[in-house]
Amino acid sequence: MKEIRILSATGILGSGFREETMKRAMTLKPDFIGADCGSTDPGPHHLGSGEPQFSDAACKRDLRLMLLAARSAKIPVLVGSAMTAGTDAQVERLAGIAREIAHEEKLNFKLATIRSEQDRAYLKKRLKEGRIRPLANAPVFDEAVIDRSSHIVGMCGAEPYVEALQNGADVVIAGRSSDTSIFAAMPVMKGFNPATVWHMAKIMECGAASVVLRKYPDCNFAIVTDDYFIIEPPNPDYRCDPASVASHNLYENSTPYQLVEPSGILNTVNARYEAVSDRAVKVSGSTFEKADRYTIKLEGAELAGYQSIVIGSVRDPIILRQFDHWLENLINAARDRIRAVMGDSIDSRYRLDVRQFGRNAAMGVLEPDMSIGHEVGLLFQITAPEQKLANALAKSLSHIAVHYPVPEWTGLITSVAFPYSPAEIDKGASYRFNMNHVVEPDSPLEMFRIDYEKV
Amino acid sequence: MAKLWQVTKLIRSKNSGPFELTFDIIFKERAVYEKVRDARLINEDWFARTYRLKPEVVAIINYDAATAIKITIPRPVISGDVDDGDVFGGQQYGPLVDLEVPA
Repeated sequence: MKEIRILSATGILGSGFREETMKRAMTLKPDFIGADCGSTDPGPHHLGSGEPQFSDAACKRDLRLMLLAARSAKIPVLVGSAMTAGTDAQVERLAGIAREIAHEEKLNFKLATIRSEQDRAYLKKRLKEGRIRPLANAPVFDEAVIDRSSHIVGMCGAEPYVEALQNGADVVIAGRSSDTSIFAAMPVMKGFNPATVWHMAKIMECGAASVVLRKYPDCNFAIVTDDYFIIEPPNPDYRCDPASVASHNLYENSTPYQLVEPSGILNTVNARYEAVSDRAVKVSGSTFEKADRYTIKLEGAELAGYQSIVIGSVRDPIILRQFDHWLENLINAARDRIRAVMGDSIDSRYRLDVRQFGRNAAMGVLEPDMSIGHEVGLLFQITAPEQKLANALAKSLSHIAVHYPVPEWTGLITSVAFPYSPAEIDKGASYRFNMNHVVEPDSPLEMFRIDYEKV
Repeated sequence: MAKLWQVTKLIRSKNSGPFELTFDIIFKERAVYEKVRDARLINEDWFARTYRLKPEVVAIINYDAATAIKITIPRPVISGDVDDGDVFGGQQYGPLVDLEVPA
């Protein structure tokens, strides 16, 4: 029976894998090496600002080992969602790293880059045509959102990778992609059953995340046929069992039974997970339903403002016994002081948020237990249109906070412990994810631009 | 009776994209999973009460293949927005840990 062998280098490029694991995996003769290099997990900053989650050095280390292994075996390397958010500049940044490696290691290859940043006029046209639809819990989307966004990327499917591979690319560095498309592209191109392919891709895109106990990031390996795939971690210290592989469908997905891709939906309701050894699992039985309309998911981020923060803690039991009242009055007093300094019109130009560590800082409005321990940590956060303004307001706030009284004590008290001097910390720009929508393009390639070069 | 953490391999929360939050409760033993599942101890009303939500926004899925119960809710705040306290959504499962369940 025909088969294809797939090596996933790691769950996210830049997080690492063991060199000896990759060596061992290469002896299993993979047909390509794939790695995802992005995520929305670390928040909107990376899309909004363009700054990657991992350092260039960390990505270079991982990519170097992948390129060396792949060039010596004459197999392709596919990397998606370059440098966290997959903006055009991030694609170029990772392509630059690949060129450096090629130069240093004397490697030659055909490099394809896939750019996924979206043209604003194109999106406005599709919006007018009613071909942009909201997904779950989506915010308002209109032309103003398109204009306000600092970057908008489209999440490509397998098709741009297939196009690049068919044009002879040895190395593909793509902008934002569905994580699975990186691993599905070559098997789909070779005509394998999409059901086994997309299910394999969902398990493989996270590297070693589907092993029983993932102690550190590492590679994973799968063999795909039309009827099933077998997953067996190439690190001898790792093992998969049916529960660990089945559990991975739960991961960062709202349902374990459906995985929505641009070209269709993987349905795992009838999937079977069988142990073929004490460390390998065979998966079969999923189905893939082709979508009526091909869709590309959009991700966008816009500037929310510039922030200055003040961190402090309160330990006095007298204050803690009346904490909510004390804090509310403190905030009102800080707002009054800010008005006195800046004039009444300042109210609409900033926001003040307070996080209460030891109470509901992690869960916010979801927190059922607001009880107070022996200490409460406070994080005051000012958001304003300019950094200088945010800092000025934080200075007024911190002085009010540090001496805010309670009736039980007479004289001037110092009510908040600040760990830093100055108490005010400039946090820089803060961004916001501002869309959760899909576009219906005419073709899977329409929203993406592919370029080729000899490296 | 036992606490939920004692009968599970993993209780976790995580973003399912920046606009949704998902909780996974993965049981150690199928028999205990089936007991908890069939008793419907983890149901929309209980979860909504615990997390101060409306029951209609709570989606619960029993996943027999991994002896797991999954709960998905809309994120009250978009991941990483100015008033978000948990960018990855990773520390939202605390109120589930000590739930009393039949063992």
